[in-house]
Amino acid sequence: MSATAEIAVTRRPGNRSGAVKIALALLIAAPVFAVIVTLLASLARFEPTVWTHLLTYWLPEVLGNTALIMLGVGLGVTVLGTALAALVALTEFPGRRVFAVALLLPMAMPGYVLATVVIGQLDFAGPLATLLRAAGLSMPPIRSVAGLVLTLTLTLYPYVYLVARGAFASQGARTLEAARLMGFAPWQAFWRVLLPQARPWILGGALLALMETLADFGTASAFGVTTFTTAIYRAWFALFSIDVALQLALVMLVLVALLVMAERLSRRRARFVSAQGAQAPLSLGRWRWAATGLCGGVLLLGFGLPVLQLGHWALSAAVPIPQLLPLAGRSLALAAMAAGLTVTAAVLLAIVARTTPGRRLATLQTVATLGYALPGPLLALGLFVPYAGGIQWLNQQFGLAWMVHGGVSLLLLAYAVRFMAVAHTPLHAQLMRLSPSVDDAARLLGVGRLARLQTVYLPPLNLAMLTAALLVFVDVMKEMPITLMMRPFGWETLAVRVFEFTREGQWAAAGAPSLAIVAVGLLPVLLLTRVFNRKAADVT
Amino acid sequence: MRLFPRRTLCLTLLALAPTFVSAAEPPTLVVYSARAQQLIEPLFARYTAETGVEIKVLSDSEGALMQRLQAEGKASPADLLITVDAGNLWQAAERNLLQATDSTVLAEHIPAHLRDPDNRWFGLSVRARTLVYASDRVDADTLSTYEALGDDAWKGRLCLRTSQKVYNQSLVAMMMAQQGREATEATLRGWIDNLAATPFANDTQVMEAILAGQCDVGIVNTYYFGRLQSENPDLPLKLFFPNQGDGERGVHVNVSGAGITRHAPHPEAAQALLEWLSADEAQALFASVNQEYPANPDVPMDPQVAAWGDFRQDLINVSEAGRRQVDAVKLMDRVGYR
Repeated sequence: MSATAEIAVTRRPGNRSGAVKIALALLIAAPVFAVIVTLLASLARFEPTVWTHLLTYWLPEVLGNTALIMLGVGLGVTVLGTALAALVALTEFPGRRVFAVALLLPMAMPGYVLATVVIGQLDFAGPLATLLRAAGLSMPPIRSVAGLVLTLTLTLYPYVYLVARGAFASQGARTLEAARLMGFAPWQAFWRVLLPQARPWILGGALLALMETLADFGTASAFGVTTFTTAIYRAWFALFSIDVALQLALVMLVLVALLVMAERLSRRRARFVSAQGAQAPLSLGRWRWAATGLCGGVLLLGFGLPVLQLGHWALSAAVPIPQLLPLAGRSLALAAMAAGLTVTAAVLLAIVARTTPGRRLATLQTVATLGYALPGPLLALGLFVPYAGGIQWLNQQFGLAWMVHGGVSLLLLAYAVRFMAVAHTPLHAQLMRLSPSVDDAARLLGVGRLARLQTVYLPPLNLAMLTAALLVFVDVMKEMPITLMMRPFGWETLAVRVFEFTREGQWAAAGAPSLAIVAVGLLPVLLLTRVFNRKAADVT
Repeated sequence: MRLFPRRTLCLTLLALAPTFVSAAEPPTLVVYSARAQQLIEPLFARYTAETGVEIKVLSDSEGALMQRLQAEGKASPADLLITVDAGNLWQAAERNLLQATDSTVLAEHIPAHLRDPDNRWFGLSVRARTLVYASDRVDADTLSTYEALGDDAWKGRLCLRTSQKVYNQSLVAMMMAQQGREATEATLRGWIDNLAATPFANDTQVMEAILAGQCDVGIVNTYYFGRLQSENPDLPLKLFFPNQGDGERGVHVNVSGAGITRHAPHPEAAQALLEWLSADEAQALFASVNQEYPANPDVPMDPQVAAWGDFRQDLINVSEAGRRQVDAVKLMDRVGYR
């Protein structure tokens, strides 16, 4: 077969291939549609008195707070995550190699745990405020929007840090060199060239942090701050109006969809191609110790102190370790399986979207990632209601007597829906760096579709897949509401145990299982580090 | 390194494996519980040892459990629903998630004001929500009623837990039941004016704030106080039981309780368990494991709990809290009690 004929054949993929791809993407997005349908069904039942009440007494304050928190956390994670990533990837300072890994650790710390520690340490009754009072000084109240923003920033910056570090590390040194050859000072080169190039990664990470912020309830309620999500809980649990709660969630989902699309739009025309290059770290001069101080400080606040506090609680409550082992085993198994499932689905979705022209798949891709912005209990309900309804329908149709049980597969599906955005972000970012000429070259060479997947797209995605799996794994370890509602009998996990102790305020007893969540969550961080280091060794 | 497809495929198969495992369950009792598992597990272990009946517990928050029961409908595996306050039990009954249990044993063991008038749920332990004060700074004679905490004398000296918690919603609902909406609103406004700090996320923080001198008095459930007291017997805090004067309604009590679910697969076995829970041995354990008061008045209380002193309970049926909970929440929102 001549080369021209081959091109003609492969350039026209045909309708069948397009339909298969769309069907695949639809299948992956299907559970999200199920949730959206559950949310939409609530519109049939309108409760004007509850709406009037919330509009009068809640929403003005809640909208203001939520905007402020989103702004604060958005800025906080972007600045902190980018700064730390740039320092670690581009400069040389004492402890850099250790910090490169250690700065990921706060990710393993659940937000609700950090919140309790921060409040315990920094509120009026805490040691610092007591010390200051003895010296005649007073502290601003920590249980405030500012305290909440600080805490969320400390737990969520790793999303930005992780992706930005990857971007800086792979293209930073070469780009900086080129910029400096053109007469830019290093600082200018960073601002004018490197930062704009890394923008899609940074924005992607920040968007994840914002989605998680929107869906957060545990941290906000610990700080006594009302947010859009606490209003949803108010409607559901205090005013007993699940329908208004679902309607509010729908409003939130629309806002998030707009946010996601705005972010996509902002980088639509941009193409970012990576340039490989050896590292030539910049010298920070006298400022190198300041860099060490910043990294150390963040690590101390976001990880060191909370771990100490948890350890103290764990010792004081003396929970026997063997009791925790089966819990840890189940947490580990669920997190690993969820990571595998979610990343597989996310890879397929990302590649299908890349290789199919047109807007439809881009929209499907956005829909599939929306689960991350929904408060956990509502997402769980959105999947559980159709599932339970389906079983009852089957019973009715076929005279069966099946009972509704949560199942591991249902639970994993729910995790996949919730954390699709988390897995998708690093994959999507990596695919964007793959030059379009790669696709053309593959076609020109006449590589078949499956072979193309294996030889062209997957090898460069290896690291991104690991990153995605790590993020999902750690998130599943910490996840509470979905695990609570969907778990089969006997599938108690570490997070379930923490929930049971903390809901009655028994923080000492919750210390050991919380610590175990952090410890098990660290396993993939260590694994990822080894792989990263091996990669680095391969390059040099 | 090639991760795909072998390893990923393995992971996926691993993920799907449980789908193919049959979910056949032996006929055992299933309990949905909003009461923390560590508080009911010792009890159920004893029941299993005595009767051979296995009990499986699924814990979650009340709201989620009710929603789950509703979604499961006739296909629900649950036999018993346990929650930690009357408001949620009332709500479960109102949404037709519970069935009536006609049992002379339960009627005999549980006082009328601590169970549903239609026998759809029964209180199993009593939780008193009372005042706590700094014993080194406050003279007990200056304390009298919940309402009096709204007086100017307590300006900047009061700490409260958030209105998100159902315990406070029930307290306010009971105030509304007896003194009406306007008087309750005046009391709440007084409380808010007197707050020394933003309402706290839990009762323990309220007591820690009093210990630190941020405020002098607060409202808590007694068992939270009991927990702090167990850690530190010389705690400079004391409980005060308000509204004890002639014609006053008594201390606000709530219940942790249970009801048999509407579509329970094993209603008789569930009733047997419920009756066992209302009798001597179980009652003592149910209450003492969390330093609560037994619902069954014939059962002696834990010595530490007894040492806090006697008090007269509010005898209005606790289901009133449920009936008025939404109104109470709306009123709390109106006065800006977050």
